[in-house]
Amino acid sequence: MSRRRTSPAEVTRSVSLHVILIAGALLTVVPFVWMILSSLKDQPQVFVFPPRWLPDPARWDNYADVWRAAPFLRAYGNSVFIAVMIVAFQLVTCAMAAYAFARLRFRGKNLLFLLFLATMMVPGQLTIIPVFLLMANIGLYDTHWAIILPEGLFSAFGVFMLRQFVRGIPTELEDAALIDGASRWRIFWSIIIPLLRAPLAALGTFTFVSSWNNFLAPLVFLRSPENYTVPVLIAQFKGEYSTNLPLLMAAASIAIVPVLVVFVVAQRQIIRGVTLTGAGK
Amino acid sequence: MVATLTPSDTSQAGPPERPRRRERKQTREGGWAVVFLGPQMVGLLVFVLGPMLFALYLSLTEWNGIGDITFVGLDNFRELAGDHAFWQSMRNTLWLAVMIVPGQLITGLAVAVALHQRKLRTLYRIVYFMPVVTSQVAVSVIWIWLLNGSFGPLNSILRDWFGINAPDWLAEPSYLVPAIAMVTIWQGVGFFMVVFLAGLQGIPTAYLEAAEVDGAGTLRKFWHVTLPLLTPTLFFLTIMSLIGAFQIFDTVYMMTPQHSYLGDSTRTIVFQIYDLAFARFDFGSSAAYAVVLFVLLLILTAGQMVLQRRWVHYEE
Repeated sequence: MSRRRTSPAEVTRSVSLHVILIAGALLTVVPFVWMILSSLKDQPQVFVFPPRWLPDPARWDNYADVWRAAPFLRAYGNSVFIAVMIVAFQLVTCAMAAYAFARLRFRGKNLLFLLFLATMMVPGQLTIIPVFLLMANIGLYDTHWAIILPEGLFSAFGVFMLRQFVRGIPTELEDAALIDGASRWRIFWSIIIPLLRAPLAALGTFTFVSSWNNFLAPLVFLRSPENYTVPVLIAQFKGEYSTNLPLLMAAASIAIVPVLVVFVVAQRQIIRGVTLTGAGK
Repeated sequence: MVATLTPSDTSQAGPPERPRRRERKQTREGGWAVVFLGPQMVGLLVFVLGPMLFALYLSLTEWNGIGDITFVGLDNFRELAGDHAFWQSMRNTLWLAVMIVPGQLITGLAVAVALHQRKLRTLYRIVYFMPVVTSQVAVSVIWIWLLNGSFGPLNSILRDWFGINAPDWLAEPSYLVPAIAMVTIWQGVGFFMVVFLAGLQGIPTAYLEAAEVDGAGTLRKFWHVTLPLLTPTLFFLTIMSLIGAFQIFDTVYMMTPQHSYLGDSTRTIVFQIYDLAFARFDFGSSAAYAVVLFVLLLILTAGQMVLQRRWVHYEE
């Protein structure tokens, strides 16, 4: 391919493709740029007609105002805590279940595995009402655990995906360890887990991103503003400041910009995680 | 559930020594199975199967969350069948799916094909993927302004550059639903693109070169070689997109003006589930909606599974 001469037709095609790709990329980026620029405007600038792109003068106080009006730092802490806990719980419990399904012999294994797979068809919106009632009854309503426990203790997809990877690991190492008298528990932690590092990282990334952006569960399970996650706080903020567009954009920037920075830094890992997991689903 | 994990083979005939050893080993493994599966089994029972059964039961009752639960049989479903709001939410959900599924598939595939084996692929990929990782709630806030009819930039660009008088997207029901679909597609392009790119990477170049030798042009190659070999990816993404479109909530919640006549016209099934249970404490009707959603998703996925035999080509 590389030795072939590039014809003028190919050059034209390549250029026009890039033009289209750049147009698409602009469509993707411009809303974010607009958000940041608008977050620095003051109210009168918003209603200027026709709309202007650049804020003049830039009003950095918008960020201070948002910061004062809503506990965003706290919301960030809440979102991080919930996401980290869900990831930790899910990785450990899914890997354990995956190991049982891949390696242990016990009665009803196939049936049970099928049951796990079948639950992927159950939409979360069907179970959320009873889970809400359960949480209210055991005193976990309005706590982060109401979100962490259901997500952290069950993921059919996580079990399914990790099982595939455990099955791909040769059994020789384990057999040798079993003969040496190692327990299944030890084998799991010292042989299997280290070999699962890549799929665990992918699953963890995927789970983190979906937990971070989850909206329905925190909206249902949390009542006190100091417990809110970032998306719920944004939604509430939008309700209160729906007419103050610069403040809304500042709030959206506070929610989005750090995420985008993390994404750009770790894009390879994040894209791999989200799609490896997605593509196996 | 413990019963399913207990060892088997106690009744097996054979020499007395062997079965007992086998039994012991199985016992030990059965014990380990309980240990290893324990946490996820708790999750399965307490957070999925139990709630699912309870939701099915709730759909047959009338309950406001505090008083007694009254069993009413299929009354909730009968009410839904005669309820304008129910059919409105069904129409909106279907209409969203009809726009979102092809929209996501086509844009994702187009960008993937354009990017495949091209320079600067990584850079484009980062840019197109950015909306995927951002919260739908925050993204909706941006679009509420971008689409604002009087002083939003989109309409002013359409007017000033193209002379088009665009509608007030967020104030008219017939435009609000397409606007929600548009935002959803915009946010999904990156995900669909990356999965399509992985699919394209899996196509052996030998096929394409053979087609080239036979004199096939770019379009013919795409239509007769690339696309058929991409059908497993297409199938998977169709299901993902369908399920996602039917469960759309965040954008609807955020982009629908609260407390306005518009609120009713953009309700989707999931929005109804949320609103009935957690704003109006009508748990029975909410559960009935959820059951309808569940059955719809089952039918759609099963339908896709049956249909796939006709159009999905799996390589030998």
